[in-house]
Amino acid sequence: MSKVDLDKLVAQFREAVLSTHSSHGDDTAVVSAGQLGAVMRWLKGAGFDYLVDLTAVDRLGQEPRFEVVYHLRSMSSGSRLRIKVPAHQVEDGPAPEVPSIVQIWPVANWLEREVWDMFGIKFTGHPDLRRILLYEEFIGYPLRKDYPKEKRQPLIRRDYTME
Amino acid sequence: MANPTHESAAAGPRQVVFGMPTPDEIVTERSHELRQRLHKFPEGEALEDDDIELPTEPMTVNMGPSHPAMHGTVRIVLTLDGETVKDTDVQVGYLHRCFEKEAESATWTQVFPYTDRLNYVSPLLNNVGFAMAVEKLLGVEKLVPERAQYIRVIVGEISRITDHLTCLGAASAELGALTVFFWMIKAREWIWELLEELTGARLTHSYVRIGGVQADLTENFSARLLDTLKRVREALADAESALIKNRIFRDRMDGIATISAEDAIAWGWTGPCLRSTGVPYDVRKDHPYLVYDRFDFDVPVGSVGDNFDRYAVRLEEIRQSMRILEQALQQIQPGPVLIDDPRIALPPKREVYNTIEGMIGHFKQIVDGIRVPPGEVYSYSEGGNGELGFYIVSDGTGRPYRCHVRAPSFINTQVLAKLIHGAGVADIIPTFGMINMIGGECDR
Repeated sequence: MSKVDLDKLVAQFREAVLSTHSSHGDDTAVVSAGQLGAVMRWLKGAGFDYLVDLTAVDRLGQEPRFEVVYHLRSMSSGSRLRIKVPAHQVEDGPAPEVPSIVQIWPVANWLEREVWDMFGIKFTGHPDLRRILLYEEFIGYPLRKDYPKEKRQPLIRRDYTME
Repeated sequence: MANPTHESAAAGPRQVVFGMPTPDEIVTERSHELRQRLHKFPEGEALEDDDIELPTEPMTVNMGPSHPAMHGTVRIVLTLDGETVKDTDVQVGYLHRCFEKEAESATWTQVFPYTDRLNYVSPLLNNVGFAMAVEKLLGVEKLVPERAQYIRVIVGEISRITDHLTCLGAASAELGALTVFFWMIKAREWIWELLEELTGARLTHSYVRIGGVQADLTENFSARLLDTLKRVREALADAESALIKNRIFRDRMDGIATISAEDAIAWGWTGPCLRSTGVPYDVRKDHPYLVYDRFDFDVPVGSVGDNFDRYAVRLEEIRQSMRILEQALQQIQPGPVLIDDPRIALPPKREVYNTIEGMIGHFKQIVDGIRVPPGEVYSYSEGGNGELGFYIVSDGTGRPYRCHVRAPSFINTQVLAKLIHGAGVADIIPTFGMINMIGGECDR
């Protein structure tokens, strides 16, 4: 958990790292989506061999709208690092896309499926991008800020009855 | 296995028109071939089981969502070849309650009851994890009174014991050791009685507050806890003696669902599951929080990462938790249990009813919530099943902008498909039991 790790990352990927900051003891680097795979591969080789968590934040009204957030940990030194990837959403456009890192960490499989389920962010290269907590027939992405909390979507399949 | 249809039965030597076919009549073409092939073996030559290729077709079986061994509600779609698991699709989400969406419209304090329902066999650990995250964002983690930190350790370790007791007891029952289940659940009941006395609730305690805990320990809590621990220890010894040398139990646990340390790390395992593979990662030791650096305790690890290791690690962790509890009860000193900051802690009821400042403070906190400065933190603690992380984002209002929980159960359950690949159907039961998926935490 040191400034050194961030500096090394910036030195290695001058163009991919958009910004860095540290607050509350957490180091963060914002990385462009195109270079994510290369950055993650390098970080894994540099000691951050454990993907702790993967999630997203919807910053409705800001540009870029979505942030995919990765938390890494080094099993040898115990340092931690947060990587953020901006994901642009064009108004009424297709789902924002971020490259998948399942090939680097298999644990990302379900975590990326959850982000797809809840935020509608597509992970390109994911082997099996399906909804995970909700059902396939669900319309919309509930953790987006423009999804109303009171909206009800019960799953009623009329074709189950009397075939 | 294909059942004979009326047409195929009609083609055979005997006709089956009504009722169930007799075993002689269930003769497919392929088993005819097999029988003929068996007759070709010269006399005296032993026929090994492996030489016989029984004709089978892949069969799809639903295990769950409602199944006695699927505690919680999870559906496993299995593709079986005979008794062997060929393909697995683990489907979670049946207990999804939109924890993260609901948290966004609750004040920071109102999130506590929701965290109770994450891992509902160790709710206090979730309470503590969430409180620590908010305190980290507020920058007051060092200002939480020492007594409150000790109380958090005590109730947290008690919860870890109940968590592991439930896991071990349920897994034993599923393997036929119902008596062990009763012993462990009885021990859990003694502990819950104690927690009920302390927090007012058996299961959904909501006992921890931002900046401390809701109330001080009850009178005689220390003596009663020590007495309870003594009885729990006896129950544990009974359970261990009944299982550790039990042939049936060992046959179904030893060497089943083995995973290497590298794989466990790549798949994001934490907690007892990761430690069973020999990786001594425990948040309490590696990143000491609260007052964990003041206790002398060991981190038990396994050697091969099979089901039995996961069982043994949990059993030993209960004993280590008891060691921590005994030390904490000795070290704890009298003092306040809630932070002295009117912006974070609710004023005492006496002030609310008698002073205008107290009343306004109370009103503002209940209606608007605690003002948490804008920012984001990831805070982590050792939950019952592994690293319990809270990633919270605040926009400066009294409610979370985003509250994400890194649920260890969710991440541990993902590996189930890999673990049971190529195993028998019966192996799924102990493997699933030892991953200890808690539906409320996995599905959130």
